[in-house]
Amino acid sequence: MSTTTIDGRTIHVDQEGFLTEPAEWDEDMARSLSALLGIELDERHWKILRFLRADHASTGETPTLRRVSTSLQVPMKELFQLFPTKPAKKMAYVAGLPKPRGCV
Amino acid sequence: MRQLLVLGAGTAGTMIANRMRRLLDPHQWQVTVVDRDDDHHYQPGYLFVPFAMMSPHDVVRSRHAQLHDGVRFVTGEVDLVDHAHDAVVLTDGTRLPYDQLVIASGTTPRPDQTPGTTGPLWRDKVHEFYTLEGAVALREALEHFTHGRLVVHVTEMPIKCPVAPLEFTLLAEAMFRGRGQRDRVEIVYATPLPGAFTKPVASARLGHLLEDRKILVETDFMLESIDNERQCLVSYDEREVPFDLLVTVPLNMGADFVARSGLGDELNYVPVDRGTLLATGHDNIFAVGDAGDIPTSKAGSVAHYSVDVFVDNFLDHVEGRPLTHHFDGHANCFVESGDGKALLIDFNYDVEPLPGKFPIPVLGPMTLLEETRANHAGKTAFSWVYWNLLLPGRLPMPTDMSMAGKHVPTPMNHTEPGTTFPEKEQLP
Ligand SMILES: Cc1cc2nc3c(=O)[nH]c(=O)nc-3n(C[C@H](O)[C@H](O)[C@H](O)COP(=O)(O)OP(=O)(O)OC[C@H]3O[C@@H](n4cnc5c(N)ncnc54)[C@H](O)[C@@H]3O)c2cc1C
Repeated sequence: MSTTTIDGRTIHVDQEGFLTEPAEWDEDMARSLSALLGIELDERHWKILRFLRADHASTGETPTLRRVSTSLQVPMKELFQLFPTKPAKKMAYVAGLPKPRGCV
Repeated sequence: MRQLLVLGAGTAGTMIANRMRRLLDPHQWQVTVVDRDDDHHYQPGYLFVPFAMMSPHDVVRSRHAQLHDGVRFVTGEVDLVDHAHDAVVLTDGTRLPYDQLVIASGTTPRPDQTPGTTGPLWRDKVHEFYTLEGAVALREALEHFTHGRLVVHVTEMPIKCPVAPLEFTLLAEAMFRGRGQRDRVEIVYATPLPGAFTKPVASARLGHLLEDRKILVETDFMLESIDNERQCLVSYDEREVPFDLLVTVPLNMGADFVARSGLGDELNYVPVDRGTLLATGHDNIFAVGDAGDIPTSKAGSVAHYSVDVFVDNFLDHVEGRPLTHHFDGHANCFVESGDGKALLIDFNYDVEPLPGKFPIPVLGPMTLLEETRANHAGKTAFSWVYWNLLLPGRLPMPTDMSMAGKHVPTPMNHTEPGTTFPEKEQLP
């Protein structure tokens, strides 16, 4: 496992930069991470990030796009506008959660 | 008399009913299984039907003939689980009370969930092979397809047998090559995942399979709709993939009665404890096989290994003792790669697929993560194993994944602690 420094804070990350210790995340960290992706967070982003954090805390898994979309009643298209091109990965990255699972 | 009620007589439901019937005292327990019809399908056979490597009647047998004589089989459509009163209601109004309930209703393709899928091109130029009817229609379409752009596509994860669309792609490539048409057929594989293979060792070893065969891969492709007029797939991020023949794997969803009964998540899968398969918030409802939400592949092999854990726990559970056996997410799949060869992969919740050897009773040792003829023979013979050993509950295989015979890679491409943060272009 690697560590990196963001805004003067040392955090644990995987090879692609996803946080591996959810407890090292807070809202300031989210602002720094989203800035690295060129995304400026507004209330619509925050609603999604808070859901991701709460859902991960209760299920132990990073929720899928569909789960976010159905649970929050946010159209899939809007998720692609808020976190352009790779919303599932980007949302997880900014929320300080593990990358969503693939298969083989 | 106590009631063990199983919903669904597919792979998992049949195994559970047969094994529990032998273990439970017939004077104390009745074992009942419900399914909507008497046709048990060997679903792995659907992959071979479009290539005329198996015929439709090779894959269907009577359901009740696969069940132990002491099991009661009820034909009917499940409407609702009335869990407040420990009873299941069928659409004809029949009420079936239970002491312990097992939901084994699987998952099915839902083409109706994506706009344009069941449009004018459905079963003409837009096909699927996740149903027998679809596989038969596709066989016809492939027979007549001699040139143009074939697109194989996965709508959204999870799907059952996640390697099946890749296998289909490799078999199609080999078929066109064999017919001398390969240079006139362009093949594209479109996936919502970041690659055809996403686990590090598998993608390093198998990525070449598609590259060598000149199959183009369109990654991170999340389908919004199928445009029938312009014959193309349209993604949420506004990319378009045109096709002459499309083979899609529609969104897979659990049974609607699961949602109606308030037992499902956003895709109608039953949230369960991933070790014991007990439904969250219930102490007499289990979900086994594709119907549950455990984070491993939806596959017959997983159903088999998880049924082992279920059976070991059940007797303790009904006596009020703690559940001591925990499922590790063990899965293995044969991956048919064309030209009479196949690969085998083996993994669980925590360990990615690795190369090495894997023992299979009756069939012998198989090579992991490599294309061999023996693996293909294994996959072909599996239909015999399925009907004769797996469903009756007589397949002797260790449940937990084993590391014996596997090669664990040295962490060569894993970064050392304290190394650099990824460059901007590598960010997600
Ligand atoms: C093309 C394809 C290839 C595959 N290849 C492989 C492979 O190579 N290896 C592998 O391990 N797995 C493979 N699989 C996956 C495997 O077939 C499934 O994972 C397995 O059958 C799951 O078993 P199950 O009991 O959970 O569900 P199923 O076997 O699907 O059984 C569910 C049952 O529930 C019944 N049911 C559902 N709703 C109701 C209702 N409301 N009322 C009454 N009955 C109901 C259905 O009729 C069905 O019989 C493949 C699947 C497909 C589609």
